[in-house]
Amino acid sequence: MRPDRMAQPLLRARLVTVWRFDLRTSKIFAKVRPNDKLGTEETMAITRRILLAAAALVLPAQIAAAETVVKWLHIEANPVQVKIWEEVAHDFEAKNPGVKIEMSFLENEAYKAKAPTLLQSKERPHIIYSWAGGVLRSQVEAGVLEDITAGVGDFKAHLSPAAVSAFTVNGRLYGLPYTVSQVGFMYNKELFAKAGVDGSKIAAWDDLLDAVRKLKAANVTPIVVGGADKWPLHFYWTNLAVRIGGQSGFQAALKGENGGFEGPVFQRSGEMFKQLVDLQPFQTGFLGFKNPQAVGYFGDGKGAMILAISSFYHTQRALAADKVGLSDDKIGWFNFPTVSGGKGDPADTLGGMNGWLVTKGAPKEAVAFIKFFTSEEVQKRLAAGNYIIPTYQGAESGLGSAFMRNIAHNIAVSKYHQNFYDQDLGPNVGRVVNDVTAEIAGGTMTPKAAAKAIQDAYVQGN
Amino acid sequence: MLFLPPAVLLFTLFVVMPAGEAGWYSAFNWNGFGRPTRWIGLDNYRYVFENRAFGIALWNNVLVIAVSLVVQLPLALTLAVILAERFRGAVALRMVFFLPYILAEIATGMIFSFVYDGNYGLLTAIWGWFGAEGPHLLASPATAMPAILVVIVWKYFGFHMMLFIAALQGMDRGVIEAARIDGATGWQLQRHVVLPLLYPTIRLSIFFSVVGSLQLFDLVMPLTRGGPADASHTIVSFLYTFGVMRMRVGFGSAVGVILFVICATFAFTYKRWFMRDE
Repeated sequence: MRPDRMAQPLLRARLVTVWRFDLRTSKIFAKVRPNDKLGTEETMAITRRILLAAAALVLPAQIAAAETVVKWLHIEANPVQVKIWEEVAHDFEAKNPGVKIEMSFLENEAYKAKAPTLLQSKERPHIIYSWAGGVLRSQVEAGVLEDITAGVGDFKAHLSPAAVSAFTVNGRLYGLPYTVSQVGFMYNKELFAKAGVDGSKIAAWDDLLDAVRKLKAANVTPIVVGGADKWPLHFYWTNLAVRIGGQSGFQAALKGENGGFEGPVFQRSGEMFKQLVDLQPFQTGFLGFKNPQAVGYFGDGKGAMILAISSFYHTQRALAADKVGLSDDKIGWFNFPTVSGGKGDPADTLGGMNGWLVTKGAPKEAVAFIKFFTSEEVQKRLAAGNYIIPTYQGAESGLGSAFMRNIAHNIAVSKYHQNFYDQDLGPNVGRVVNDVTAEIAGGTMTPKAAAKAIQDAYVQGN
Repeated sequence: MLFLPPAVLLFTLFVVMPAGEAGWYSAFNWNGFGRPTRWIGLDNYRYVFENRAFGIALWNNVLVIAVSLVVQLPLALTLAVILAERFRGAVALRMVFFLPYILAEIATGMIFSFVYDGNYGLLTAIWGWFGAEGPHLLASPATAMPAILVVIVWKYFGFHMMLFIAALQGMDRGVIEAARIDGATGWQLQRHVVLPLLYPTIRLSIFFSVVGSLQLFDLVMPLTRGGPADASHTIVSFLYTFGVMRMRVGFGSAVGVILFVICATFAFTYKRWFMRDE
């Protein structure tokens, strides 16, 4: 906590304000004096503290005058990770005297809702969080972002090309990715053993359906999902589309070929998802579970699988009821199963690419900071804590756990890493994908109608 | 005349201009960045009316009004008639019934999301005493809205009860005395004397119920956020989810304009037809 914030309540509690009326001038004035009820010794101690606090208040104010302040807005809610980011900011400040990094936080959904207004105000932060994709494109179109192609220069060659290209719009670079993630099945080895299922043998869609049947027969909840948030459900549909249509299928749909998102690839994705839904694989009341609840539920060992973003490896511990969750030896991972006759390569991956954008008019130190954040040194440090799959090539060797190394390997060998649909397709179409997949899961919409709804939204635009 | 300009100015600034602006935005396909440029005429209104969730939201608002009239109003009225009398504990009971109204909507929503939780909730615990597996009320499209309706009645009946108690206490006791002397008995007295005297308050109570229903948002968000499968949206939560969260300012504005038209039409006709005397 900053010293000036600490001093305020202290001053308030120990001082008494007395209102006096001056007869001669007919004015009311306030007198502030120490609280009488405190002992002399205590008063002395307090006075010392007040003086110290006052000194602490005055000193940084003087220094701040000569500083460049870089305002950095993040959406990370995990305090452990935020602490490391603070350290990174301090390191940067130490190496660059005269620069101060000012961190602020907005919750994920609040950030998405506030971003358009925030970015167009004079008070906009200099560095903001991004999932790339359609939202990034609309921000570029609106001219609220800084073109950092020149500022970054050759440095970008060190980062994963797929991730860098996600932050490139019309050949210009607008941000630097600092992490990538993969979506796949995380499973509980103990519960799998109980039902006699071998997770490492699940390769095709039918294997998954079989596993679900066996788990149900053994009275184990096969899959946990945070259905109230909808996007955890859209992973099924989009992952199936990646397997069935491959990169060419998605590109064709974007151009409106083969019936667009209403075409056979996407209808089949819905139908196959429906196959799974019909087995009733999810926990009771899954449509009422928010994602953090579902991840915690998995961490509590109450369900056998979760279609997870690789970072859930971490969050399942923090969100488990005992704050311990499942240890490394109890967790397994298999990639999303392949579909027979699908055009996608089995090595194709679906996942996120997250990074930092620099807004229009930000000081050049902002670019320097995001370069520092994605530098080998910092990326290795974040990787060592297994917080991220780094984008700096080679930094993945710093990953401490075999689980995370496996994910890094999967992404490295993937030739087609599809960004989350709900980000890639932009804020509106993306959320329609979320809506309709949740409806398929809830049994209120047919796969055909779902595909049509997405195509309709795509034609309407964002 | 001296006091008119400030009022007109404020009204223009905070009502007419935003409403006009929303009307203007609603003709564009606009995500909130820069200036709106893609003119699409009335298409946003078509998209709104074609949206399945909007139909559900509208219907849910009607449901809320219906429950307010059929369940909440009689309940509040009955309790008011009982508690307007002076007896030991009447004031304490009034306060107990009024307390839910004081609670913030978000807090109420949070509390009930715990009560309804299918795994750890109070309701599940009660079910457990009878050896049954607790229901996941908020997780099923069929039960989510009824569960919210229960919360709405629980939260607002106390407010309406207080309205009626105030009216009952302000009532001319002489009229009731006179009716008694004329031989009116309990039920007759309530039905033919007290109730007609309460009509103005009932009209006011209905007015509050309808306006409250049209504004309903902050109870729904912590409970279901309009889900599952959009089964529990109200017009405002629909506007927020499909307009604001999706950066479709034009679409959201169209919903806003529709809501404004509904509200204004209701307010004026209701005033004209039912509240003429006040």
